[in-house]
Amino acid sequence: MTAAPLDAALIDAEAGEAPWQRALRHLVKRRAAIAGLGVVLFFVALAILAPLVSPYDPLATNWAAVRKPPSWLHPFGTDEIGRDVLARVIWGSRASLLAGLVSISLALAAGVPVGLVSGYAGGFVDGLLMRMVDAMLAIPFLILAIALAAFLGPSLANAMVAIGVSQTPIFARLTRGQVLVVKHEDYIEAARAIGNPHYRIVLRHIFPNIVPPLLVQATLAAAAAIIAEAALSFLGLGEQPPDPSWGSMLNTAKNFISQAPWMAVWPGLAIFSLVLSLNLFGDGLRDTLDPRRG
Amino acid sequence: MTAFLLRRVALIVPTLFFVSLLIFGLQQLLPADPALAMAGEERDPAVVAFLREKYHLNEPLPVRYWLWVKGITVGDFGESIRIKRPVRDLILEKLPVTGELAGLAMLVALCIGVPAGIIAAVKRDTAIDYGATMAALWGVSIPNFWLGILLIMLFSVTLGWLPASGFVSPAESLKQNLLTLIMPAFVLGNAIAAVMMRHTRSAMLQVLSADYVRTARAKGLSQASVILRHALRNALIPVVTLGALEFGALLSGAVLTEQVFTIPGFGKLIVDAVFNRDYAVVQGVVLCTALAYILLNLLADIAYVLINPRLRA
Repeated sequence: MTAAPLDAALIDAEAGEAPWQRALRHLVKRRAAIAGLGVVLFFVALAILAPLVSPYDPLATNWAAVRKPPSWLHPFGTDEIGRDVLARVIWGSRASLLAGLVSISLALAAGVPVGLVSGYAGGFVDGLLMRMVDAMLAIPFLILAIALAAFLGPSLANAMVAIGVSQTPIFARLTRGQVLVVKHEDYIEAARAIGNPHYRIVLRHIFPNIVPPLLVQATLAAAAAIIAEAALSFLGLGEQPPDPSWGSMLNTAKNFISQAPWMAVWPGLAIFSLVLSLNLFGDGLRDTLDPRRG
Repeated sequence: MTAFLLRRVALIVPTLFFVSLLIFGLQQLLPADPALAMAGEERDPAVVAFLREKYHLNEPLPVRYWLWVKGITVGDFGESIRIKRPVRDLILEKLPVTGELAGLAMLVALCIGVPAGIIAAVKRDTAIDYGATMAALWGVSIPNFWLGILLIMLFSVTLGWLPASGFVSPAESLKQNLLTLIMPAFVLGNAIAAVMMRHTRSAMLQVLSADYVRTARAKGLSQASVILRHALRNALIPVVTLGALEFGALLSGAVLTEQVFTIPGFGKLIVDAVFNRDYAVVQGVVLCTALAYILLNLLADIAYVLINPRLRA
C-alpha cells in the first residue's frame, strides 16, 4: 500500500537532480567501488609526486647493497645491482598509469568514431567496418600487441600504441551496439525531422547518450591495459631498462626467485592492487550507470 | 539451420581477408626497409639484395600480398631466417605443447569456474556467494606471470614439490609431464575460471527463477536433481560459447606462462621470434592464432544452435 507513494517521493527527489549527480549519489553508496577509486587515486598521487616521495633515485646503483632484504633503510629491499625496490615501484607507477591512460585514449579516439559511423550509417559501410573489427578481434589482444610491438620496436611509447590499437575494436563494437539502440529513439527521429545534418545528430544527440557505457568500458579496459603494459615490459617489449616499470622489474626478479624473493613480491603486488582497484571501481560504475547489468 | 550455417560461413570470408591484410600489413610497420631489418647488424649489401629477391621486396605491394596469400593457401608460411626452417614445421612442432597446456588449463577453469558459479548462484547473497564473487575478481585482476612466480616461490623453492621450469614430453614420462604442467595449467586456467564463474553464476541465477525450474521443484524433485538435471543443462549453453571466446585469452596467457615456466611452446616461439627479428615466424604464429580463433568461434556458434532447441527451429 505504501510502495506507490514511496516510489513517487523517490522519483520526486531524483527528478530535481542532474543525471551525473544521481549517478554520483548511487556510486558513493558502493563501498567497494569507492575503496577501489581511493587506491587508484593513491597510485595517481604516487606517480605525480614520485620525485618528492621516492626515498632514493630509482636508477642509482649501490654495489654495497646488492639484493638486500627489506630493512628500515630499504623497506622493500634492493635489487640485483643495489637499486632501492621501493623507489623503483614508486617510479614504475608512472609507466603503468601512463600506459593505461594513453592506450585507452588512443583506443577511444579510434574506436568510437568507427563505431559511430558504423552504427549510424548501417548497410554496406557498417558491414565493411565490422568485418575489419572482426578481423582485429580474431587476433588475441596480447598476441596482436606483441606483434605490433615487435614490428614497431620495443619501447614504452610503442607498447602504448600497440595496446591502444589492440583495444580499438572493443570500443568500436561497443559504440556501434549503443548507437543501434539509441538511433531509433523518438528524440533522434525528432532531431532528424527538424532537419539536423547527420554529423550534428551523431555528435550532439547520439554521442552524449552513449557515454556512460563507454566510461565503464574505459575503466575496465584501463585495468586490462595496465596488465598488458606490464606483460609487454615483462617480455622486454615495453619500458626498457634501466627505466623502472613493474613488468620489467618482475622479468628481472624471476631470475632471482630463490635469492631475493622480495624483488618479485612488491612490483607484482602493485600491479595486482591497481588492477583490482580499477576493476572494483569499474564494476561499481557499471552497476551505477547501467543497473540492468548490475 | 542450413541457411544459418551458410550465412555464418560466408561471414568468415571477409573476416579472413581483413585478417590477412592486417597480418601482411604488420611488415609495413617496420621503421626501416624489411630487408635491412632482416639482414642483421652487418647489413651486407649482397645479403640485403638476396633477401629482397627472396621475399619479393622489389615487387609492388599488391603483388607481394598476392604471393604471400598464395603461399599461405598451400601451407607455405615462409621460412625462419634464424633457424632456417619452414615456419609451418616450427608451428606444428610447438602446437602440441601449447595444445596440451591450453587443454589442461581449460580443464582447471571448468573444474573450478563452473562448480563455483553454481554454488554462488544457489547460495545467492550469502557469505559463500560474496566470497566466490570476490575470488573471481581477484582471479581476473592477478597478472598470471606474477602468479606463476609466486607459485614457483612456494611449490618449487620453498616446498620443493614441483619443478620450477621446463617441459617433459608425455611420450617420455607422463608423470613428469604432468608435474611440469600442473603449475602452468593452474596459472593459465585461473583467470578463465574466474570469468567462467561469473558467467555460470549469472546464467544459473536467470535459469533458477524460470517457470520450469519452479515446476520441477513443485513436483517434489530433490534440490540436487533440480540444479543438475534441469537448471544446469540450460545454464551451460552460454558457457559453451564462452569456452571458445576464452581461447584468445588462453593463447595470450600461454605466451606469458610459457615464458615464466620456460615451456617450449607456441608462446615462447613468438617471443623468441620477436627478439630474433624473425618476422615470418611472428606473422605465421599470429595468422595461425587468428585462424584457430575464427574456426573455434564458428564451431561454438554451431554448437550453440545445436544444443539450443529454440534456435534450431
